[in-house]
Formats: sequence, C-alpha cells, structure tokens
Amino acid sequence: MTTVFRPYPSSDALRSDRSAGDRLRHRKKVRNAIRENIADIVAEESVIGQSGDRIVKVPIRGIREYRFIYGDNSGGVSSGDGDVEEGQVVGRRPGEGAEPGEAGDQPGVDYYETDISLDELIDIMFEDLELPDLERKAMRQMAVARGTRRLGYRRKGIRVHLDKRRTVVNRLRRKIAHGGKPQKAAAPETAEKKQRFPFNKDDLRYRRRVPDEDMESNAVVICIMDTSGSMDTMKKYLARSFFFLLYQFARTRYQNVELVFISHHSEAKEVTEDEFFHKGESGGTRISSGYQKALEVIRERYHPELWNVYAFHCSDGDNFSQDDEAALAAANELCEMCNLFGYGEIKPLESYYGGSSMQEKFEAIEAGNFQTVMIKEKKDVWPGFRSLLDRERKPGAAAPADAEPAEG
Amino acid sequence: MSAAWTIADLEHWNERIQEQVEAFGLSCYAQEFEICDHNQMLGAMAYHGMPAHYPHWSYGKSFERQKTLYDHGVSGLPYEMVINSDPSIAYLMRENSLCLQVLTIAHVYAHNDFFRNNFTFGHTEADRVVGAFKTRADRVRGYVEDPSIGVDRVEAVLDAAHAVSLHTRRNFGIRKRTPAEQRERAVEAATPRHDPWQQIHQAGELAEPELARVPLEPDPDLLLFIRDHNPALEDWQRDLLTIVHDEATYFIPQMETKIMNEGWATYWHHQIMNSLELPQDLHMEFLVRHNQVVRPTPGDLNPYHIGFRLWQDIRRRHDEPTAEEIAEHGEPETDGRAAMFAIRECDRDISFLRRFLGPDMMRELGLYAYEPQGEELVVTRVADDPGWREVKEVLLRSVGLGGVPVMAVRDADLGGNRTLLLHHDHDGRDLHLDFAERTLGHLRTLWGRDVALDTVLECKLRRLCCSADGITIESPG
Repeated sequence: MTTVFRPYPSSDALRSDRSAGDRLRHRKKVRNAIRENIADIVAEESVIGQSGDRIVKVPIRGIREYRFIYGDNSGGVSSGDGDVEEGQVVGRRPGEGAEPGEAGDQPGVDYYETDISLDELIDIMFEDLELPDLERKAMRQMAVARGTRRLGYRRKGIRVHLDKRRTVVNRLRRKIAHGGKPQKAAAPETAEKKQRFPFNKDDLRYRRRVPDEDMESNAVVICIMDTSGSMDTMKKYLARSFFFLLYQFARTRYQNVELVFISHHSEAKEVTEDEFFHKGESGGTRISSGYQKALEVIRERYHPELWNVYAFHCSDGDNFSQDDEAALAAANELCEMCNLFGYGEIKPLESYYGGSSMQEKFEAIEAGNFQTVMIKEKKDVWPGFRSLLDRERKPGAAAPADAEPAEG
Repeated sequence: MSAAWTIADLEHWNERIQEQVEAFGLSCYAQEFEICDHNQMLGAMAYHGMPAHYPHWSYGKSFERQKTLYDHGVSGLPYEMVINSDPSIAYLMRENSLCLQVLTIAHVYAHNDFFRNNFTFGHTEADRVVGAFKTRADRVRGYVEDPSIGVDRVEAVLDAAHAVSLHTRRNFGIRKRTPAEQRERAVEAATPRHDPWQQIHQAGELAEPELARVPLEPDPDLLLFIRDHNPALEDWQRDLLTIVHDEATYFIPQMETKIMNEGWATYWHHQIMNSLELPQDLHMEFLVRHNQVVRPTPGDLNPYHIGFRLWQDIRRRHDEPTAEEIAEHGEPETDGRAAMFAIRECDRDISFLRRFLGPDMMRELGLYAYEPQGEELVVTRVADDPGWREVKEVLLRSVGLGGVPVMAVRDADLGGNRTLLLHHDHDGRDLHLDFAERTLGHLRTLWGRDVALDTVLECKLRRLCCSADGITIESPG
C-alpha cells in the first residue's frame, strides 16, 4: 500500500476556482426567476425604502431541483435521549428553503427565498423595463471639464507625448521604402558595417490629447403627498412604494439624484423623509397648495435648465372642489417644468369612496409628459410604474385617456 | 488556525497508522492525500469530491449554499472527504490541527478499505473512476461549446435527467435480465406446464405471451430506458442521459452504505488512534474530536453515532456474549473481528440494520418514529417492547435510498400513442404531489411524448397524466 501526500499548492494558479462558471449560471437563473416575479417582489414591505447594500430576501420560484419525493404522510426515525414519549411534539415541520431530497423535507409551497442585495434587485427591475436610452432626449446634461484624454496621434507635439513605438515603426517603414532590409538580429560585425539610418523629423509621432468633457446629469425627484385625514396607512404605504420606485429609477439614470418631500393637506410644506411617511396630518385637502410649493422649490433650487425634474403626486383624489381650477392650472405649469409629472390616485378596494376623483378632472391636461395612474392594491404598483415610464418613452404623446395602467 | 504541522509530520504519523492498518487487517487501495484550504474543500464538496466533473448550475448553487452556511458558522466543514477510486483520493484541510489530521488519516484508511471490499462498490470500477469523470466532463463541455447545441439545451437535458437520476437499480448485486432472457421468461410463463394427466384434465386457457409489450418486465432504469426507446433523441442527448445515469450508479453505493461506512471508519479510527500511543495533548484532543463525531444529534440520526455503536456491539456480541445471548443464539461461531470483516463485505445499510439493530440497541440509541401532523412533528412510536418493530420498519424504509420512491417503467406505448407509463411502488408513503407533477414534466421533456404515473394518493389508486395541457389526475376505472 503506497501513500502520497500532495502539499498545498503554493501558487494561486493551481488553486483555480472551479465552481465559478456554475455559480455564475446559477446566479443568472436566480435573476431570471426574479425578473419573472418582479411584480410580486417590488411591492414587498422588505424591499421598499432600504439602502442599496442591504440584503433583502425575495421569494423566487422555478429554480428548485424537482425530484420524486415523499409528501405529507411520510415520517422518519430520530434518536433522542430516551425520555421521548409517544404523542410528544419533537419539532416543527421543516420550513421553506430546505432542499428536496434531504431527510424530512416536506415543502409546502412552491417557492423559496434567496438573498440578494437591493442594488442588484433594482438592476434587475429596470433591466426588465427594457428602456433603450429612453430618457436621453429628455435628459438635461451639463458639460464638465475633466482634464484631458488621449485621442489619436499627430506629428507635432511636446517631448513627453512622444510615442516611441510608432516613431520607430515609421523609421523602419521609411528605411524599407529606401531599399534597405529590415534589421534582423545579425552578427555584431555585420551590424557595425551597416550604414547609419538616423531618425527623421517625419518619423516622429506624438500622442494627441484633447480636453475631456463629461456630461453630468442631475435629477430631482419631487414627492408630493396628500397627508389629509383620509390618507390612511395603507394608502401611504402604496404611495411610498411608488416614490421608492421613482427614486430608484432616477438613481440608475442620473449621477446626482436629490429628493424633495412635500406634504400637503390644505397647506403644503417641505418635510424630511421620516416626517413625510410617518407623520399623520388631518384636515381638508387643497391639492393646488402642494403644487404651488413644488413650483416654488423648483424655481428656487432646481432650475429645469440644469435639472431633470421628476414630480409625482399621490393622493386619494378627494380634493376641495373650489380648489380644482387652481390645481389644474398648477399642474399644467408643473408639466412645463418637469421631465415627467405623474399623478397617482390611490383607492384601495376596501375603502369606501363616494367623493370626487381628481383623475377625471386631470384628463383636461394635454401635456405629453403628464401621466396618471390608478392604484387599488399592491399588485398594481409595478404595472402602474411601467405605464408611467411608457409615457416617457414616447415624449409628446397625447395625454393619457386610459386611467387603468396596462398590464406589464 | 495556521498549520502547526508539516508534511513530514503527516508522513511520520501516516507510517505508524499504516502499520496499525495492516495489523488490523484492513486491505486498502493506494491512498493519496491532498492538502487543501476551505475554499477548495467547499469546491470539492459541491462536486462530490471528484477532481473533474461536468459543469451544471446546481453545483454552483450547492457551493453557494455550503459557503453561506460555512461563512455564517451554521455548519462546519467535514474533516475529511474521500472518494472511492484506486488510488483513493482524500482531502485534508490545511487549517486543521495535527491531531485532526492524524484522526482523519486513520478514518480515511477505513473508508478506503470499505470501498475496496464492500460488495455494493463492486461495479464502480475504482481504478478508472477519475479518468471516467474527466472524460464525461470533457464530453459535456464539448456539447456546451458546440455552437449547434449550446449551454441552454444541454442544461435542459441535464436538469431533466438529474430529476430522475436516482430512479435506477439499487442493488447492483442483482443482475438485470437481458431482453432475451426476459423474452424467454415471458414465453415460459405462458407455456402450459407438462401435464401427465392431460387427457383427463380440462385444458386451461392458453394466454398468448405479450411479447410486443415494451418493456417485457418493469424497468427501473428510467434514464436508460428513455435513452434506448425514444427515437427522437439526438446522439448528444443520449450521451448526456448515459453520463447522468453512470454518475448516479457510481454514487448510489455510497448512499446505500452511509451508516455502515461511516460507522466502520469511525470504529477503526477509534481503534487505530488508541493503539498509536499518542502524546497526551494529542490524545486529549482526539477524545474531544471523537466524541464530537459520534455525538447523537437530537431530532436527527447521526450515521457516525449509530454505525459506530452497531459495529462495537457486533464485536462485543462475538467476543464477549452475555449469558442470555448464548442461550438465545448459541456460542458465536467466529471471533468478533472476523465477523466484522465478513459483514463489511456482504451487507448494506438496510440489511445491516435489519440484521444487527436489536431492541436493546434501539432503546440505547433512544430511537423513536415521528410523523408530521399539521405543522408539527409528533412522536408516533418509541422503541419500547411492542413498538420497536414498528420504529425499525420506519427506519429501514428511510435509510439508504429509502427516501427515493421506487419507480419503474411499465409501458412505453400506453393507449397506443407512445405514452410512457410509470408505476410507483407505494409503501404507505404518498408522493409529494407538486414535486411529482414537476418531475413528470421533466420526464416529458426527455420522453418527448406524454407521461403517466400510477400511484396511490390518500389510499386511492390514481394516475397522473402529464401532457402538453398540464397535469390531470385520473382514477383508473
């Protein structure tokens, strides 16, 4: 019997990461699975309003390895301490996430959770939108000088930019053109005999540098929310998920994204994010007040020449009727300033609603970058968001006539 | 922990261990040890320890899963990983202490001996394993890189083939009858017996043997059956089915002998370590490590624990039988060591437990049977006097490949439209319906036509039919 010991390989090259390819393939499958279930995932509480490096758990289907396994009425044998009695509860049925084929695995529902960072999830989400440079046209950009960069070669220049390789190549070319043979590694004597063939001014090549310009883009997302008494937690939650998507969308397209939160009831004020989502208010509703505040903020800090402005307003549509005229006028003005101005009417199915709907009144707005969305429940959020961006895809399209967002 | 040992240390201890291995009479293949780090160990685990293996995303998934568990400290890494090949290859983790390495080396030799001598490994062609896995990997990579095939189509076949890879023969000690023999048997069964009283007996009805039926006898090798009977498959698809089948048959013996094999290795590392006259500090660490290995896991079965106790018990019963045992079974015929070596050759888990797990041992191990009721697992039987048989039956059903339902192909032309009919040997446990439906979907991918499965659901005969429109469940009339 012979035995060999193979020492630990000292070089990294011998310790290749053999599973890299298969891990990549698996990752791809996870991404595909997430993409297929995106509408379910984006409305999850755990996803909305988290920072980018946070790992979230998302339920995914379809990448389980299925086999024939036993189901509900199959038990097993375990070892205990000898004091186990019949009828005693010894544990819980294994939960989700267990692998098939393992002992005692009885998965109940066909999905399991995977961990993914929020940034990756958002990547996948907007990949799903398939928006080929859609907002390029609408994007307002500023040129910012950023030093110089290389661009081609030229005959004149300063010494430090001399490209030696090209210069030598040019000299060789010229020499061959003169009838000489390209130098081979010949014996030193013959090389000495050879005639000198010096560099000429024409051989010299310099690297060309041009000033570099970088397009910088800024965006501001203005979140306007009705915080009147009729906006309950559920409505705020739906609004929040919408704002979240809008913010994340802007973040993937622009370098600088700022957020402005404006809450209004009969009066509007600019608030912090925390106040925006958590502070309850009461009172009547004057939508125009929120719009006026937004216009004010834009005029003061975010000039449309320099900023891409995205404004979105969430309300339950219950406006003080005398205010409608003013609201309509302000909305028209906002449309002129914004890349996109959206209005989301949130009417959960269960909530009794007998009052007015702003959505109908906003149909009068003809600006192409105005869009309304109706959200009734969680699952409307994603299709609604998609339809919002569909509108942006066709700038100048007619004002939306359909209230219901198209299924994504 | 950085390594406080050198290869020379390992060689020194290895020499002493080998002396003991030979003294105890273990007969091993040549052995190779590779020193690796934890990442390589995780990689080795994902690919079942094989130095070369074909690519598939499920191995990436398994790697990430193991790595997550390891990184979060949920599960440690095995001290040892050894593959059944000649020469046998084992991995030693660089981070482990000298004591653990010595323990692992001793443990590995016993596995090696088991691989070489147990009958279930007889067909695995240990001397060609590493090369065979490499060749298969090259073939699969070839198909992946072939522009007319590509990774997606290869994966579709592999996904489906993996789903049913374990549905094959389990006991390779039993030869499969060739088609010619099956035919002969069918004819023989249909031929009337010679009857000397023919003239006075009423002639029985002659039944024509169904020789056109495919298969003549139920065929448990699902992948091979599909490979041989689906004319629409392309050569590379057939090859993939063969590859998956061959790998499954290579690994099945290890699943079928988990308790025996781990018990055997644990028993011998215990013996060897005790005979090495270890310095005190190593010996203390050995005791701690050994007890960690054989510690019973509450709510689960630890094969090291059960196997170790059973082998110990077998030896004791032959060497120092109690008076009761002599009264019941008579004087043992051989000494304990010889008995152990005979058993390690001709048993697998199911027969090993059936023969050597008695009620006393079951009580000592505190075995009990449980069943899920609602969301909870409830103890249904404990190993007391009338109950132990039942517990043992449940145990025997779940060891080895017991968790894999027994399936066989019954008909390749059900209803005259080439529907593949499978039959599930129902043993009281129903199939998980959702998993069964999706697995049938995989089978349909491979078979290219509809697939049906006869099984029992909630005590009623049911036929699951998988067609293009999805799954229907019928009750056969």
